[in-house]
Amino acid sequence: MGTATDIVTFEDVSKAYRMGEVDVKALSHVSLRIPRGAFTALVGPSGSGKTTALNLIGCLDRPSEGEVFVAGRAIGPMGRRESAIFRGEHLGFVFQDFNLLPVLTVYENVEYPLLMIRNMPKTQRQPAVQRVLAAVGMEDQAGKYPGQLSGGQKQRVAIARALVGNPALVLADEPTANLDGATAQKVVELMKRMRDEFGTTFVFSTHDPRIMDQAEVTVHLEDGRLSDGSAAGKEAGHA
Amino acid sequence: MLNVFRLAVKNLLRYKRRTLLTGMLITVGVVAVIVFVGLSGSFKRAIVGQITDSVLSHLQVHRKGYLASIDNLPLDRMLPAKAFQKLSAILARDDGLAAFSPRIKFGAMLSNYAQTTNVRLNGVDPAKEQAVVPLLPARIKNAAHEGETLKKGEVLLPEVLARGLAIKTGDTIVLVANNKDGSVNGMTFKVAGVVEGLMGPGGRDGYLHIEDAAALLRMETPEISEVAVRTKNFDQLAAVAERLRSSLEPIVNKQGKPMFELHTWDQLTPFYNVVRMIDVMTLGIKVILIAVVLISVLNVMMMSVYERVREVGTLAAMGTQPSRIMALFVAEGFCLGLVSALTGAAVGLGTLWLLNLTGVEVAFGRGNQVFALSPTVEPIEVVSACLIVLGVSILASLQPAAKAARLEPVEALRHV
Repeated sequence: MGTATDIVTFEDVSKAYRMGEVDVKALSHVSLRIPRGAFTALVGPSGSGKTTALNLIGCLDRPSEGEVFVAGRAIGPMGRRESAIFRGEHLGFVFQDFNLLPVLTVYENVEYPLLMIRNMPKTQRQPAVQRVLAAVGMEDQAGKYPGQLSGGQKQRVAIARALVGNPALVLADEPTANLDGATAQKVVELMKRMRDEFGTTFVFSTHDPRIMDQAEVTVHLEDGRLSDGSAAGKEAGHA
Repeated sequence: MLNVFRLAVKNLLRYKRRTLLTGMLITVGVVAVIVFVGLSGSFKRAIVGQITDSVLSHLQVHRKGYLASIDNLPLDRMLPAKAFQKLSAILARDDGLAAFSPRIKFGAMLSNYAQTTNVRLNGVDPAKEQAVVPLLPARIKNAAHEGETLKKGEVLLPEVLARGLAIKTGDTIVLVANNKDGSVNGMTFKVAGVVEGLMGPGGRDGYLHIEDAAALLRMETPEISEVAVRTKNFDQLAAVAERLRSSLEPIVNKQGKPMFELHTWDQLTPFYNVVRMIDVMTLGIKVILIAVVLISVLNVMMMSVYERVREVGTLAAMGTQPSRIMALFVAEGFCLGLVSALTGAAVGLGTLWLLNLTGVEVAFGRGNQVFALSPTVEPIEVVSACLIVLGVSILASLQPAAKAARLEPVEALRHV
């Protein structure tokens, strides 16, 4: 099971899907540990199991075999409601397509997790939202709607939304895939800065070599397994 | 909860045209219900008012078995004087009654000295009769007296009959009638006016003074065909009728059978079926409203869920509880229903107000009698139409909302 120093632990985890008549093994006997506060990249080609691993860490899916521990909790036995509560309290998500709610302003999008999930009173909500918006440099855009923002700005808002609840872990699925090189670099720098400022662990999937070089810990996946190319120094600890 | 509704409204406004069209459809449905209920209710009240205030009054008491033969105007099924006295005492004691009027109903031959025809007549006490059917004076054309329907020795003739025989107010006519023993008697009367014909039973009857009727029929002690009774509050009619039935039931004839029978206006006229038909049509239009709301809201909410699968996945991934996701979509349906219902209620009431300003007239019955309608609607009807819309809106939202709440976040996020 997970240790106090590790935010994520995979213990011999396999995940299989049934796609029509075919069984697809997305992850096969993966064991790894991600230390708290690590800026971690899940890398590998398409179909290597990055998104499956992120979904498992994000309690959006359950392993077919083995166990995943996130912040000390085994995710396998969690029910639907319990995992929703766990996600709301401990996790933040950043999506490739930003997934901001188009009907809400920047401020309201960032406020959403505190208001609709944690039912936090306004007196606590307001300073928290303003703090993260200032941290991502979007405080002057608070009244705008997502449709009025550039891709880079949207992703900054998405990062602010993920961080506003002060989660232990932020998961980002290909966060720079829809951004140009310069903007992607800025977003990665921002995530790193947020990690330093908020002490939050970032785990993100990518196959962009420029981005994976920024990671302090890299988990290489290939065909659902940890690949042999997981280099020393920048590796997740293999359990 | 307020935040759920705030987000629901924002989501509804996201698809302005679709929301507007659906809202308008529901609004039109609510307007249709309110206007129809207003018009039909007014028409119903006009018919009922016409029938009860002109001829029948609110209820009638007869000797048991009289009503079954009422078309023959039987003289052998009248209330004897003693029974009428008992009945009068009971009616006089009841606080719920405004007035009652005894009637002697019979058939006679009418002659203007040139032609002869049949006529149905009511022998009435003019003052008492006016108290139970207050519209009677308004039906009298070319009245001989101001403020008085008729005096002894006078007769009010049905309009159609008077026109056919070219009889005018002030003319003298002869009435000839058989009494219950079969003996014939004739008397001359002066015409005090003609009575406008009405639809329904008694609508084409003539009137004379009750004492003249008793004299013509050679009644030694006056016998009564029917007693018309008016209640103080028409809405309390059922309760009053039930109370009177209980009071009359113990009074029996020599054979030990009940002496009286009591019927409310709806049991006395076939036009009650028109009233019932209006009620059925009102129910029908409400069913149509339910169908319109159900289909409209269900369609909008299903589209809404289908278009926002990824968004639902995002909300779920962030930790939004399934119950809250469901509440978000149900709130959308509720808000759509609420705004449409309130708009519909306002437009519907405005339409009724305009109709009252311009005036609505409806011709009805064999004589194409014109009813001037003043359409109004009870607040309970407006509230019930709004509640129907709200209830059905919530009901229609439940299935799509439950579908959204059941979406697996990982599947929903993959949705393109």
